[in-house]
Amino acid sequence: MNRYRLTRWVVRPAVTIASLIPIAWLLWDTVVGNLSANPIEDITHRTGTWGLAVLLATLSVTPLVRVTGWSHLIKLRRPLGLSAFFYLSLHFATYLALDQFFSISGIFNDVVKRPYLTVGFTSFCILVPLALTSTNKMVKRLGGKRWARLHRLVYVAAAGGVLHFLWLVKIDKREPIIYASILVLLLVLRLGRRRRRLPG
Amino acid sequence: MLIRRGHDMKESEVTDESFYWNRRDFIGTAAASALAAMAPLGPWLVRNGQDDKLTPYDSVTSYNNFYEFGTGKDDPERNAHTLQTRPWTVAVEGEVSKPKVFDIDEILKSFPSEERIYRLRCVEAWSMVIPWLGLPLASLLNVVEPTSRARFVEFVTLHDPEQMPGQRRNVLPWPYVEGLRLDEAMHPLTLLATGLYGKTLPNQNGAPIRLVVPWKYGFKSIKSIVRIRLVGHQPRTTWNAALPHEYGFYANVNPAVDHPRWSQKRERRIGKIRKQDTLPFNGYAEEVASLYAGMDLSRYY
Repeated sequence: MNRYRLTRWVVRPAVTIASLIPIAWLLWDTVVGNLSANPIEDITHRTGTWGLAVLLATLSVTPLVRVTGWSHLIKLRRPLGLSAFFYLSLHFATYLALDQFFSISGIFNDVVKRPYLTVGFTSFCILVPLALTSTNKMVKRLGGKRWARLHRLVYVAAAGGVLHFLWLVKIDKREPIIYASILVLLLVLRLGRRRRRLPG
Repeated sequence: MLIRRGHDMKESEVTDESFYWNRRDFIGTAAASALAAMAPLGPWLVRNGQDDKLTPYDSVTSYNNFYEFGTGKDDPERNAHTLQTRPWTVAVEGEVSKPKVFDIDEILKSFPSEERIYRLRCVEAWSMVIPWLGLPLASLLNVVEPTSRARFVEFVTLHDPEQMPGQRRNVLPWPYVEGLRLDEAMHPLTLLATGLYGKTLPNQNGAPIRLVVPWKYGFKSIKSIVRIRLVGHQPRTTWNAALPHEYGFYANVNPAVDHPRWSQKRERRIGKIRKQDTLPFNGYAEEVASLYAGMDLSRYY
């Protein structure tokens, strides 16, 4: 089996399925009653951290291609990005429905007043057009260059997501710092590459 | 609401443990029927009652903030088995005429156990209703006779990273210290709890003896106490020292004063889906608001 077919028929489906394991796991825990005494908090935290983790995994595809030289792996970007968007949509829906009970004024006040929500909400909004333009058709319609420029916003959304996590934690910042470090590493890889390309 | 029973209550009058366990079965059945009845979700979700039903024993003992055993809510239940609650002493000292080191069994024997059903409001905007067993703090303080120089009371948790693995990381400055003004400490609602649901206090809930101040955020109710010191100055309390802009010394439950990062207007009662309004002083304003007459509560948060 050549690399193209291996990626298309084995690696991509496997990665897509793997990215959906956390939601299956969460559903299982919900149904059998494995969640804590505050299940809404569990659902919010788990969808949020998985959304961020899968988003960072999406951002690591390009460096992975560069390191391995296995260009077909770039095909992993779309399913991973959409999976991240799926988790973050659930995360936002949980807040909307189970925390605010669809109170528009409540959400508005919250988002305006609380910096961690302002940045979290903004990051989610940034991801919406990216998810909508993820089809081949849209890539063609926008043109590769413009599409790529738009999708560079994913770094802004990821940085916002990390900040949202850092700002909401009470005092034990170990977990968000792990996410922040990975993001910084990915940004350094990306910027380092760009600088080298500039004419010197 | 608050249920208080007389100081002279006999052991036999305390609610029998089997009653609680039956009650839990009942809650289980009720929860199952409630789930079955959830089909027409609408009205059920809209209901926003302030009925103070007891929070199930399992929730009270599995969802805890006790950083000495880890910062996750489920860490204390998993890790607190390493805590040795016997032998255990509580030193009551400082500005008192008769300082004394109490053995925990002596406390249990010489002070009649009272049951108090209190709301507990965490600063993180969730709450529970818990049937505690314990003694008014005032009863203990009266034995040691505070002097006229005593204005505040400082409480200290055990500091032993061997028994409390969470103390191996400096997530908070150890040991955990809390404090009250003397009049708050002497208030009849202020309890030293030694049990809950008619049973000995589980380790994850602050065994063998902890403070319960129902009108203040939960972090004031310090757990696993080894020292109580009467002092003339306001004690340097743990959360206040760690993040002074977020956690004040007073920490009275107050829906009008938000935490800098989140709202305190509403709370999620554990076991319920919809949030409910938070009450000033956690619903104990009638009993305690006078302690703060004339104070700017947004300044002394």
